Amino acid sequence: MTDTVTAPHSPRTGKRAAPSGRGRRALIIISFLAPALVVLGALVVYPIVFTLVRSFYDRGGDAFIGFQNYLTMFTNDTTFTAIRNNILWVIVAPLVCTILGLIFAVLLEKLKWKTAFRLIIFMPMAISMLAAGVIFRGLFQENPQLGAVNAGIVGIQSVFEDSSYFPGAKIREGHGVVMEQSVMVTEGEVAPGSSVNFPLTAVRQTSLPEDAAQAAPAPEAGGDQVTGTVFLDVVPGGGGEQGQIDEGKSGLPGIRVDAVTVDGDVAAHTITASDGTFTLEGLDSAQTYRIALPASNFSEGPTGVSWLSATFINAVVILAYIWIWAGFAMVMIASGLSAMDRSLQEAARMDGATEWQVFSRITAPLLTPVLLVVLVTLIINVLKIFDLVYVIPPGVSRPAANVIAVEMWTVSFGGGNDYGLGSALAILLLILVLPSMILNVKRFREERRA
Amino acid sequence: MSELTIVRKLTPAQKVLRVFNNSIVNVVLVIVAIFWLVPTFGLLLTSLRSSSANASSGWWTVFTAPAQLTLENYANLLSNETITGSFWNTVVIAVPTTFAVVIIGALAGYAFAWLEFPGRDWLLIAVIVLLAVPIQVALIPLARLFGDLGIFGSVFGVILFHTAFGLPFAIFLLRNFYSQFPGELMEAARVDGAGEWNIFFRIVLPLGLPAVASLAIFQFLWTWNDMLVALIFTNAESMPLTVAIQTQLRQFGSNIDVLSAGAFLSMIVPLLVFFAFQRYFVQALLAGSQK
Repeated sequence: MTDTVTAPHSPRTGKRAAPSGRGRRALIIISFLAPALVVLGALVVYPIVFTLVRSFYDRGGDAFIGFQNYLTMFTNDTTFTAIRNNILWVIVAPLVCTILGLIFAVLLEKLKWKTAFRLIIFMPMAISMLAAGVIFRGLFQENPQLGAVNAGIVGIQSVFEDSSYFPGAKIREGHGVVMEQSVMVTEGEVAPGSSVNFPLTAVRQTSLPEDAAQAAPAPEAGGDQVTGTVFLDVVPGGGGEQGQIDEGKSGLPGIRVDAVTVDGDVAAHTITASDGTFTLEGLDSAQTYRIALPASNFSEGPTGVSWLSATFINAVVILAYIWIWAGFAMVMIASGLSAMDRSLQEAARMDGATEWQVFSRITAPLLTPVLLVVLVTLIINVLKIFDLVYVIPPGVSRPAANVIAVEMWTVSFGGGNDYGLGSALAILLLILVLPSMILNVKRFREERRA
Repeated sequence: MSELTIVRKLTPAQKVLRVFNNSIVNVVLVIVAIFWLVPTFGLLLTSLRSSSANASSGWWTVFTAPAQLTLENYANLLSNETITGSFWNTVVIAVPTTFAVVIIGALAGYAFAWLEFPGRDWLLIAVIVLLAVPIQVALIPLARLFGDLGIFGSVFGVILFHTAFGLPFAIFLLRNFYSQFPGELMEAARVDGAGEWNIFFRIVLPLGLPAVASLAIFQFLWTWNDMLVALIFTNAESMPLTVAIQTQLRQFGSNIDVLSAGAFLSMIVPLLVFFAFQRYFVQALLAGSQK
């Protein structure tokens, strides 16, 4: 053997030199390998065995309890939620990332600014999941004043409805209108053909809508109409007479006004104009109505979606993950595309195939191996997801967002001190990545043979 | 046959359609790019506003009232000893880990690529199996082991942990790169009487520098950005930036000044590394999952 190995120092004679050729050779090989083998053996392989054994013992490690921890895992609500969420993650996140990555990679090719686009999509890969978590938690805050997503939604909503909101507004008593359970309403009933004014107070001048104009007197009411003015009964700087529409008093636009029948039904409704006037039409002149400003006018306005609540939390965290990892899929698939021989596609185009046909019949099938690699890599990664789920959900929605890795941390280090259950959860994760491991080895052996 | 090579002329309708399609693609991708940028940009602007501004309005109000921009949060952050200390800890953890992984990985990678020894293929397959091992399986035993060794809570434990779990990828990546070297190169060196160490230091390391760069950048970013390992294995003195920042999460709203500026501070180094060495980073990812 020594002769076939190419070490030139090895003595060719049969004499045994002090460190023999073979021994010396072995020593050299060991010195290259030993650091890696020692570290991997002591800090990776030994822990796997230890954790496996530990998973059959109770929390303190004193009593052997067989598969009890594994049973607990699937019967305990908290851990079961974690497993269920992991399944959701594995189904949704890798697939969406890969599809987005594929779309980006294909569209990218035609782009003049592809380098910039690639950098932008890929950049989140460089930052920590903690930072990404802080970012997304901020974006999805419930208050539309603070969270950008809800601000966007509320902004779009307000384009389609011209309502305004005057939280905390009060009615000026003694002018025929009163407050009844946060609804402002006429004291008695009014007949069509009359007018009702609503003098309000406790609205800050600064929170008036931009289109608010000098209040105007109510227009003449027709036989089937009730008209009126909703106005801020305050002259900035003082002056004016209470309950009267004076110079300097602003109309309150965008307020909903209802005409309510004796039975409590809303017979007509309208929205005040920028000078605060309103006209309720189509009323029955034989009936009387109470005119009301419903409480919705005086709420805080559209409150925004509670993204971080239990209902939506998983969607938000998965979205953050997609924001980070779609770039990975894109870069992988783009490199697969650029390595591809394009003659087939060209030939198909010559024969009059549409771009979609070229893509779906030729490019996509040729990309399958790359897509599989991306999917497998992402699945392994998603199974172990920890940081994002640890960071984004506020305390109340944490149970709903739980995943195996977070649960493993919680039961063993985050206060649970149950190293038995923690070990079992770690082994569960290991079992879940086993298929990907086998696939990795298979791929390696195939490449060797090729 | 020559007709086949003539490029098909496009009809005017097809030309219009193509331009139209291209501009649609452009518009869609511009929108996508904006959506992808907004989160990071929002964090940056949040970190540049005072805590009172952040408590009453969103970062986008900066566009109408740019006067609210301030470096106050960063000034506070830099005078906060917990934060500056943890920044230093992050460096102390990430740099040695990167060196250890590269050196140990390069040695083993060379052995797997160019040295013959019994069981080599099986050992390599073992390394490939270890590639996907979740770190969770090592948390409990290593917490105990490090406790026994007296390094639980120190940066040293975290460095060891990351080195161990970075090695399979390092060995795999470097072996693949080294094994592409032409065999005659090694042969010639051996005939000239160069020992394995000589070959390693004179030929393999210099020629393999691009792969080492990829690996180093990947490992550095990985270690820099880690939270889970540090969360368990460090204490208040040795914790890195990620752990120091997450302690503020409980009061997200009122700590938004520390959180946003801290998160951005933790992103600066990875972003610089990323933009400077993007090519190598991509190479590492490609090598990791496609080879």
